[in-house]
Order: sequence, then C-alpha cells, then structure tokens
Amino acid sequence: MSLNIATREAYGKKLAALGETHPEIVVMDADLSGSTKTNVFKKAFPERHFNVGVAEQNLMGTAAGLALSGHTVFVSTFAIFATGRAWEPVRQSIAYPQANVKVCATHAGITVGEDGASHQSVEDIALMCAIPSMKVFVPADAHQTMSMMDYLIKNPGPAYLRLGRAKTDQVFDADYVFEEGKGTILREGTDVCLFTTGFVTKAALDAASLLEDKGISASVVCMGSIKPIDEDLIVAMASKHKVLFSVEEHSVVGGLGAAVSEVLTSKKPARLFRLGVQDDFGQSAPYQELIKHYELDKEGISRQVLTKYSEL
Amino acid sequence: MKKSIQELEGIANEVRVSIVKMVHTANSGHMGGAMSFADMITALFYNKLNYDPKNPKWEDRDRFVLSSGHMCAGLYTILAKIGVFSEEELWQFRQLGSPLQGHPKYNLDYGIEMSTGSLGQGLSVANGMALAARVQNKNYRVYSLETDGGSQEGMVWEAAMLAAHYKLDNRCVLFDYNNVQIDGFCSDVMDLGSVADKFTAFGWHVIEIDGHDMQACCDALDEAEKIKGKPQAIISKTTLGKGVSVFENKSKFHGTPPTDEEFAIAMKELGN
Repeated sequence: MSLNIATREAYGKKLAALGETHPEIVVMDADLSGSTKTNVFKKAFPERHFNVGVAEQNLMGTAAGLALSGHTVFVSTFAIFATGRAWEPVRQSIAYPQANVKVCATHAGITVGEDGASHQSVEDIALMCAIPSMKVFVPADAHQTMSMMDYLIKNPGPAYLRLGRAKTDQVFDADYVFEEGKGTILREGTDVCLFTTGFVTKAALDAASLLEDKGISASVVCMGSIKPIDEDLIVAMASKHKVLFSVEEHSVVGGLGAAVSEVLTSKKPARLFRLGVQDDFGQSAPYQELIKHYELDKEGISRQVLTKYSEL
Repeated sequence: MKKSIQELEGIANEVRVSIVKMVHTANSGHMGGAMSFADMITALFYNKLNYDPKNPKWEDRDRFVLSSGHMCAGLYTILAKIGVFSEEELWQFRQLGSPLQGHPKYNLDYGIEMSTGSLGQGLSVANGMALAARVQNKNYRVYSLETDGGSQEGMVWEAAMLAAHYKLDNRCVLFDYNNVQIDGFCSDVMDLGSVADKFTAFGWHVIEIDGHDMQACCDALDEAEKIKGKPQAIISKTTLGKGVSVFENKSKFHGTPPTDEEFAIAMKELGN
C-alpha cells in the first residue's frame, strides 16, 4: 500500500498511535495544531496536549520542564519558528540539560509555498546541527517519518525532526527500519552520486533515470540521519564515483551539503556540488513552481548534474 | 522541623558569608543578586520546600528553578547546607570539572533542577514541571526565582500568561526586585515599573514584601501555598549586595569579584 501523504500528516497519525501505548508522551504546540497535525493527538488525548499560543520560546522552555519531570515531549510549530525564533531555548533549555524533547517542526523548506519567505525555513538543518548533541533527522516520506518516530521513542534525548507541508511520493516501504547514523542506497550507479534528504529524494531518483538516458550512471543515497551522519557510506561513495552532489530543500549553506562536505574534507577529499536553495530566501508561489524555480525538480536536478559533469 | 525566624536570619547571614567567600576564592562570579535573595532562599529551603536532601530525585518533591542562574552561589550554598552535598565542594565553584558551574548545570545528584544562565527561560521551565504534576496527578509545588533584569526578557511574560491560563496554582514565583542590573539601576536602563501590577494584570495572585524581613518571607510563602486557581508571585523589595556596605546597590557587584580589601570588609560586616 502506498502512502502518498505529507510527512506532517504521517507525523500526526503516528503520534496519536504512539499516544495509545506510551502514556508518558506529552505534546505541545503554538497555535498551529491544525497545520502541524498535533491536533490528531489532541483529539485522542486532550489532557496531554498543551497549546501555548503564539509563543515559541515559551513553547520550548515549557517542553523542557515537562521532559525533565519524566515525560517524552513532542513539540511542534513551523520550522522557521521552532529553530529560528526559539533557537536559544532549544539550545539552552533542551539540548544543554539533555531534556527528552523531540522538536518536530513542520512546514520546513520552500514547499511551504504561497506563504512565502517569512515562513520558509532554509536554515533549520544548519541551526539544529550546530547545537551540540542535537540529533537531526529528515524523512523523505511517510514510512521514513514513522520509523524515525519509533526510533525517537526508544532513544531518549534531544532531537530535531524536519517535516514538510506538501504531499510526498513514496520512497520507502512499510518494512523500512530507520537507524541513526545510517544512510540508504536507493539506487546504485557508477559515475555520479546524489546524496539527498527529505522531500527532494523522489525527484533525485527520477533525475537519476533521466541521467541514465543521457548516459550518466547515478547512484542515489538518501541521508535521513543528518546528525549523526553516515560517514562510512559517504567515504564509500566518494571512492566509487567521479563526482558527488548533494540535493536538499534547504540552503546550500549549512545543510546536508555542508554535513557531507565536513566528512569528505578530512576523510576522503572529493568534488561535491551542492544543489539546493543557493543562499537565498524563498518566495510565494505554489510549491511545485517553487521546486521548479529553484531547480529541485527532476529536470532541474538532472540538468545541473549534466552541466557539472560535462564541465569536468 | 521548622526553624525559628531568628535561626533563619542566622542561616541567611551564613549564606551571605559563603557567597562572598565562594566568589572571592574563585575570583569570579556574581555576589550581588545572590545576596539580595539570601533571605527568601533560606526561608524557602528550610521552612517551606517539601524536599529530601538525601533523596534529591524523589519524584514528589517540590522543585525550585533558579531562573536567574547567575545567582547560583546562593543556591549551591543552600543545597550544601541542607545536606545534598558536602560544603567542601563549594570551594570548587567555577573550577574545571566541578559540578558547581558558573551558571547552574542540570544535575539532580547536586539538587540542581535545571540548567539556567540565559535569563528569561526558567519561568517557562518551571511551568512545564508544574504541568507535569497535573498530568501525573501529583501535588508538588514548583517555585522559581525571577529578577527585574531577567524579566525584561519577553519570554517571561509568555510564561506568565501560560501559568494563569492553565491555572497553575502549584506555581509560585519568587521575584527579587533589587532594581539593579549590569548597566545601572533598572529604572534607568529599562524601567519595569510596577511588577506587582504586571503580574496582577497577567492573572497572578500577588504578594508584596520587604525581601529582607524574614517573618514576611515566611508569611508570604505560607499565604501563597493557600491560593487556589491562580499562580502566585511574591514580589520582594530587596537591596543588591545586602549585608555589605561596599556592595550594596552597586551594579558593579552584580558580577565582579571582591578585592582582598573588599573581602575583608565583607567578612567583618557579616560578623565572620
């Protein structure tokens, strides 16, 4: 059965399901429960859902207090507010004392669409990776989201889960099991390797098919775990391909591309081109048009890969 | 076993001595605010807090969050005095590897309920602990120390709104209003006006006292505990650096250690 739903949708459903078997789970939101889908949990367990209104710093501080008192806390708002507005409380009150809070932020990246730049976080992965001990997971589809959540429940400690507004295409099967620090080879090739994460993973796979037609054999590796990152896999891929690419619905500064580069430079220096939002803010448009505009659709990705490959 | 007012006053004086000694020994740290809060923290830990120093992880304990983390010399002193850890460790304050960090680092073995230091976050955290009590059907109370400078942070007021909205009557703010911050008097830097009016407007039960009147501190803690349906705020009018003439009301002593000369004066005036 395919599950072509937004990762936020999968999150909402899974959270309510986890709530049944985990009485220690408490969920918090900041006036966005209809959008983040924490309202599904709220409907089932109203006494364990707390809304703080439009107050994201307070959201994180309060979550920390609940976590230090024995709860597993899932806290949600939009990515720009969770990681931007509330960065410091996340760092000081959640990460530093190792509070068991899972910051599950939705509406990450440009696929927010028409709301525009103020609501489109292209920096959240960078902001969360910079915090010591913070785990950073980015699911590509519903199945990966749910498996990441199973993992989060079993592993106490601060973590960031990056979720999106838009429907995703299925990438993983229902039997997929997530493990931190482990990437997944989705497609094996020999010329180029595309490291991808999140929403653009399906487009990267489709781009690989287009590249095949043009005579370029591409591997596609999905990195759901950005921090910790699968260093061995990165080194292995760097050893087997002529050139590498990173593809993300995030700035090319500080995201997946940066994380992969950090490994390469000390362990296996290689040429890596970072595809993503090129140090720019997003803008208003239907998300499919934005994806095309920022060249993160299958045609845009394959075009950029082709260009760089032919310049080698 | 509760202490008499006179006994509490004696302990508070010992707390002040310890604060000055700790900061002088480390040649680093914050004395002023810890000293203005010494009376209330003594009243709280000795005569009010439902807490077992030999079992600092007891799930039903009352909690105290030192939102204004720089005042930790006072907190560490009290925790040592009631027996959570040895008073010998106080002299390792701010030293490499010491659990007694310059600003509190979460460590229940030492009775430190939360990492603080960046002002404005403790009220929220304490609210979270109070909400947890509700979810778990527990009766513990959660106290937090708030300050004038620290309450210039907007997050404090987000949290104040939340406590009233959720009717957290197991929440009590101990507000130390000494009117001094790093760059001078609060009334000159960024006037907070009537904090009592502000908390009242936010839906809290407010009690105003002279923060150096030990009887008033104890009475206020008793009164707060009886309030139903509303969080409580005890606004204590205090003097920064209380007890030592050369420190009192001087913003410098928010965070500057004493010279040897100043230390000698302090020990004399505190009767040590």
